[in-house]
Amino acid sequence: MKNAMKKLLTAVTALLITQAALAGVKIEHWVSPAGARVYFVESRVLPMLDVQVDFAAGSMFDPAGKSGLAALTRAALDLGAGSRDETAIAEQLADIGANLGGSADTDRASVSLRTLSAKDKRDPALDILRSVLHKPLFDAAIFEREKARTIASLKEAMTQPGSIAGKAFWAAMYPNHPYGQQASPESVTALHRDDLAAFHSRYYNAANASITLVGDISRADAEKIAEAIAAGLPKGEVATVPAAPVAPKGSVTSLAHPASQAHVYIGLPAIERGNPDYFPLLVGNYTLGGGGFVSRLMKEVRDKRGYAYSVYSYFAPLKQTGPFQIGLQTKRSQAKDAIKVSRDVLEGFLKDGPSEEELAAAKANLTGSFPLRLDSNKKLLDNAAVIGFYGLPLDYLDQYQAKVQAVTVDDIKQAFSRRVRMADLITVTVAAD
Amino acid sequence: MRIRHLLPVLLAPWLLTAALANPYETTLKNGLRIIVKEDRRAPTAVQMVWYRIGSMDEVDGASGVAHVLEHMMFKGTPSVGPGEFNKRVAAAGGRDNAFTSRDYTAYFQQVPKEKLDEMMQLEADRMRHLNVEAKEFEQEIKVVMEERRMRTDDNPQSKLFEQMNAVAFQSHPYRRPIIGWMNDLETMTAADAKAWYDTWYVPNNAYVVITGDVDHKAVFALAEKYYGPLEGRALPLRKPQIEPAQEGSRRVSVKAPAELPVLIMGYKAPILRNIETDSEPYALEMLGAILDGHDAARFNKKLVREDKVALSVGFDYDGTARGPGMIYLHGSPSEGRSVADLEAALRAEIARVQKDGISETELKRAKAQLLASQVYKLDSMFGQAMEIGQTESAGLPYQKINRMLEKLQKVTAAEAQAVAKKYFNDDTLTIGVLDPQPLDGKPRRSAVATRH
Repeated sequence: MKNAMKKLLTAVTALLITQAALAGVKIEHWVSPAGARVYFVESRVLPMLDVQVDFAAGSMFDPAGKSGLAALTRAALDLGAGSRDETAIAEQLADIGANLGGSADTDRASVSLRTLSAKDKRDPALDILRSVLHKPLFDAAIFEREKARTIASLKEAMTQPGSIAGKAFWAAMYPNHPYGQQASPESVTALHRDDLAAFHSRYYNAANASITLVGDISRADAEKIAEAIAAGLPKGEVATVPAAPVAPKGSVTSLAHPASQAHVYIGLPAIERGNPDYFPLLVGNYTLGGGGFVSRLMKEVRDKRGYAYSVYSYFAPLKQTGPFQIGLQTKRSQAKDAIKVSRDVLEGFLKDGPSEEELAAAKANLTGSFPLRLDSNKKLLDNAAVIGFYGLPLDYLDQYQAKVQAVTVDDIKQAFSRRVRMADLITVTVAAD
Repeated sequence: MRIRHLLPVLLAPWLLTAALANPYETTLKNGLRIIVKEDRRAPTAVQMVWYRIGSMDEVDGASGVAHVLEHMMFKGTPSVGPGEFNKRVAAAGGRDNAFTSRDYTAYFQQVPKEKLDEMMQLEADRMRHLNVEAKEFEQEIKVVMEERRMRTDDNPQSKLFEQMNAVAFQSHPYRRPIIGWMNDLETMTAADAKAWYDTWYVPNNAYVVITGDVDHKAVFALAEKYYGPLEGRALPLRKPQIEPAQEGSRRVSVKAPAELPVLIMGYKAPILRNIETDSEPYALEMLGAILDGHDAARFNKKLVREDKVALSVGFDYDGTARGPGMIYLHGSPSEGRSVADLEAALRAEIARVQKDGISETELKRAKAQLLASQVYKLDSMFGQAMEIGQTESAGLPYQKINRMLEKLQKVTAAEAQAVAKKYFNDDTLTIGVLDPQPLDGKPRRSAVATRH
């Protein structure tokens, strides 16, 4: 609600397209004595430090029937830890101008700290970070309060067409895999305070952690900071992932809703992190629906026909097979037409791939925009954390431009034919006539 | 823009030397101002072109035209074909977009620094040479209607906010939504958009902000080359349309498919016009930080955490704008609690400030956060360009950003208490309530409880 309000109070912004792509820089890497993987980028320009600790503790590790546990565990970490209650944590962070954030997605649970690098700010900030990671209290009354808030927001989401469509899409893509299991009011109602403590002690351990530091500190300080974080965690073991998802047969799900616009998702499970098909898919998808205003989907669905404000496609590689997805919203009466146009665009692309001219444009943008991917500490942190968490090669960013350049039309056609099959597409619509 | 996010150079001693002359500014003969902030930390650059024209300059029956024209700005000139602008930016490895607010319309590109030259050429071209063709317009207006459906018609909170402003303001154009009423979009023509462009898109109604790894002298030379030849033109007179004083509270409710009720309480509030002599906007900003600046700030601590009357709660106030100001208190009640309960709880928190004031500890904490946020802000070149652009859009000189921050740091507890007493006044209050409706037409939950 708060963020939503803030958005309402600011400008109407034209479509901002974020691209799931990475970029290059010198990342130092080591394994701390306590067993956590550490990634460090020294950046001395601004007097600040970012630290992010990622655990393989996302929703894919929710036990059967306990969907929502990973998210709630992550959310409760800083609501009381060690000797500090939730008020002390928030007030002490504010007193030194530090921000503690993070979240849990399907794969990762993240805790991130941004602080000024001056020692009198940095040290207390890191002390709070360690305490939140090592000694969360999971106070029973606070747990009940957060549980109630979570249930309320899940109920709210179940009334909004975009959320309904998103949930149904993931459920249809992953019928027998945790990626398809999502928190519901019922699953969260069934959770107990002890579930959080158990989940924390199972997954928030050194072997299961990657620590990323970016900012105004020396390598020696980075080593000390990382080790102090890792040493307070149980040694533990790396989380075991479930069996890989098996792609279901193609299907169409149509859900009723009174909204004026239909929400449409089309896609299927496609690719995991680190797979060599990623680069041909990335470069190819730029032309299909990733290249913002210049993609084929944008041209056909938005520019030529005025069907939608936003239309896109992307690959979202995850720890296990992540989705390929096309999304759009359109007036409910023209949903069928918009779906047909999108499918035709996809089918044409699968058949012929991009033209040589389109391929050159894709490469020009993906390689040319490389410096923009690295021009802030925040971006460096995001990149280094992904490389660390997913175990991508340390020179991933250095190799990025060359790998993009090497892609051919044929590579794209082959990779797409391996990953995206028209007959297997899963379509979900909400509020379509 | 929120003053508390402003940039701090003066308060950060390690930046003092760099801050002496930077940013740099020049004004071309046609009236276009060029503001350059050099920041050498990465080989990239941001160009933003700000037009002093927003939805508040529209008239009834043509709401949304500022934003529609923003869309049309990508549809070509005699030398750059439709869609070609985006293609050229993409080919340069850049990202571009635009945004329309009540007060301004702005366009930007983020590019590798070598490409800034080409971006300036492109922006200069469309500043005076846009084609507004009926064929392109007919497609694009449909896109804008889809945008309205997505942002507002199917978004209960947006809808509430739109309705609330339509009630809170009766004369001032802030009563109209930026995106425009649907019927105005349906009847808008290419000629309307063209007239808007011809009237307002002139160099003397714009300024360019550039940040990044650039040399200001080289940028000034490029500006002279590309923007210099464009001709300025006198602008029409803009009438103030001052909102008459509100003399009694107003209330609006909106029904929409949703689960949770939403309450917004909007109070008329002052806007910063004179950086030196005004004091209340600074005090309101600091009051906002004390009530809602962190997870244990008063609102969240008391209403969400302790009393559990709200699922979420917030305070929003923007002290800089061309038009009138509002303070918004907002939230959703917890299960089993009503909108009236939440309203009473928010009123109680305000009353507590009015009666007992705020503590020095709270004030010091808010100021520490402000100071740190000014360092963090420097992490984004885009953010730095935004800050300069938005400050200017409100009619405030960007050179005074540091002075504004000093003023914020000087706010006293007594001043914060005084503005709480003065501005949380029922006579200028507008209350908006989202009354959630079930998707299937069956009643689910009562939102609008009777007042006590």
